[in-house]
Amino acid sequence: MKRCHLPCILILFLLSLFTLWVLWFMAMGALTPEDELIATIGPALQGEEHSATWCLLPSWPTLQPMAELLLDTPIFFTMFWNGCKLVFPQVLGQLVVAAPAAWAFSKLPFPGRKILYAIYLLLMVLPFQITMVPNYLVLDNLGLMDTSLAVILPGIFSAFPVLIMKKGFDAIPDVLLDAAALDGAGPLRSFAAIGLPLGFPGILSALLLDGIEAWNAIEQPMMFLRDRADWPLSLYLSDVTVEGLGLAMAASLILLAPPPLLFAAGQKYLERGIGLSVSTGENV
Amino acid sequence: MIRHIRERRWCRRPMPFCKRQNRRAAALLLAPSLAGVAVFYLLPFAEVLRRSFTDAMGRRFVGLTNYQTVLNNDAFRLAAANTAKFVGICIPLLLALSLILALLVRATGPQRGKGFRSLFLLPMVIPVASIVLLWKVLFADSGLMNTALGAAGIPPIDFMGSDAAFWILIVTYLWKNSGYDMILWIAGLDRIPAAQYEAAAVDGANAWQMFRAITWPGLRPTLGITALLSLINSFKVFREAYLVAGAYPHPSMYLLQHLFNNWFLNLELGRITAAAILVVLALLACGSIGLAVRRFQRRNQP
Repeated sequence: MKRCHLPCILILFLLSLFTLWVLWFMAMGALTPEDELIATIGPALQGEEHSATWCLLPSWPTLQPMAELLLDTPIFFTMFWNGCKLVFPQVLGQLVVAAPAAWAFSKLPFPGRKILYAIYLLLMVLPFQITMVPNYLVLDNLGLMDTSLAVILPGIFSAFPVLIMKKGFDAIPDVLLDAAALDGAGPLRSFAAIGLPLGFPGILSALLLDGIEAWNAIEQPMMFLRDRADWPLSLYLSDVTVEGLGLAMAASLILLAPPPLLFAAGQKYLERGIGLSVSTGENV
Repeated sequence: MIRHIRERRWCRRPMPFCKRQNRRAAALLLAPSLAGVAVFYLLPFAEVLRRSFTDAMGRRFVGLTNYQTVLNNDAFRLAAANTAKFVGICIPLLLALSLILALLVRATGPQRGKGFRSLFLLPMVIPVASIVLLWKVLFADSGLMNTALGAAGIPPIDFMGSDAAFWILIVTYLWKNSGYDMILWIAGLDRIPAAQYEAAAVDGANAWQMFRAITWPGLRPTLGITALLSLINSFKVFREAYLVAGAYPHPSMYLLQHLFNNWFLNLELGRITAAAILVVLALLACGSIGLAVRRFQRRNQP
């Protein structure tokens, strides 16, 4: 294909301007003192007559809201912990449960494979609001409502990581398995010795995608954890008012930070993982 | 759907033994996942199906009454129409936009392309909570958008209280998901052999002819999965919609997710189970239509 450098770069740059502005807005907002925030963007939240304004740079940059959030706002830490307590067990559980299942779908013939795969596919497509009802019936029956397990368990058994990991395993050439068989490895041994190491990018990217998803989860904790004391950080900003606007801006920036950092560290895997879903030539 | 795989021989024992060995391994590896899926999804779905035919307490059989109530319910009709409209508009738009992005990014070369890839993927990982504050500041009555419009001499728009709300949702979706789809398209584009383009260039084909004859047919397999993942992600705009506008937003952006949420909180189990079954049936219908279309296309291809 022909290369078009300058015009392409220009168009792409214009299209990404909005994202750049958002990042700038977040970063500067966290450094702006509260009274200035209230004077500039405050009207938007209060529904006042005069309209909101915005300045490229804060007139008196300060770390005060950030310090207040990190040092004097215990609820922020509680919610941060709550978030961790929901995300990490979920991702670990997915690793233990989804990876073997994905290997079975990808490399082992068994009766009912097609129909089971179709069921997993359907479950992956269903929005949370649909699976929420059956989930609720079970959680209620088991007495798990309002415990962190109510969010974790349905998350562990989500179909999405199984299908993404399967795509990753599909990319492993069959010749390797034939070689392993010649050396006397069985189907389980070959999973441990070939599938796990070579399917690692797929596994990691599935966990990364789902980890980001779980960290940002809004509906699951809101529906299954009725006690606000158990809510994770993703719900911290659910009711922002003008009081505490400075805190809210600082919190926005801190909330924003972990996923992109994780993303920067794992971008190669993330991109490869997203790409994997199309790279094996098999439809859907 | 899923590729057929052949029976693998792990040892020199006769074939039936190998077959059993494969099945036993598959059962062992699948067991944890399948058990969980059965307990948390499949069995309760059976219960949902049963309850959709009973009264609110789940005791008395009422036939199709729940389905009738749901289908005659104005809120359900509005929400279903809005959701269908949303999906119908935003998915083609997203597929086109992200394909253009993918082509542009690839054309800028590997190094610069990398920077743009990150930049376009970034909105996907920005937490909803951070976006919500921004949205409120941008689209409130006296928000920044109206300030900007005012400076340009345009009368202010009631973004959250008019049909504009629906389009804000569309733009949010496009902004958040174009990077993800772009990566999918790039992966698809990378699978097209460069030799085909070289041959076409020798024959004097122009860029548009190459796109029509090589790129687009080569992207066919990518289209299906990209559309499917876009559909899954389209259900997630509810988060922004809910956190910005609450449980009862402007009617133009009242989605099925709002409806389920509200019925769930009111514990209307009869209605909500019937509605859930209807949505599953609709998705199954769409899926089988998609499969039928593909089968038809494949049969008509050499």
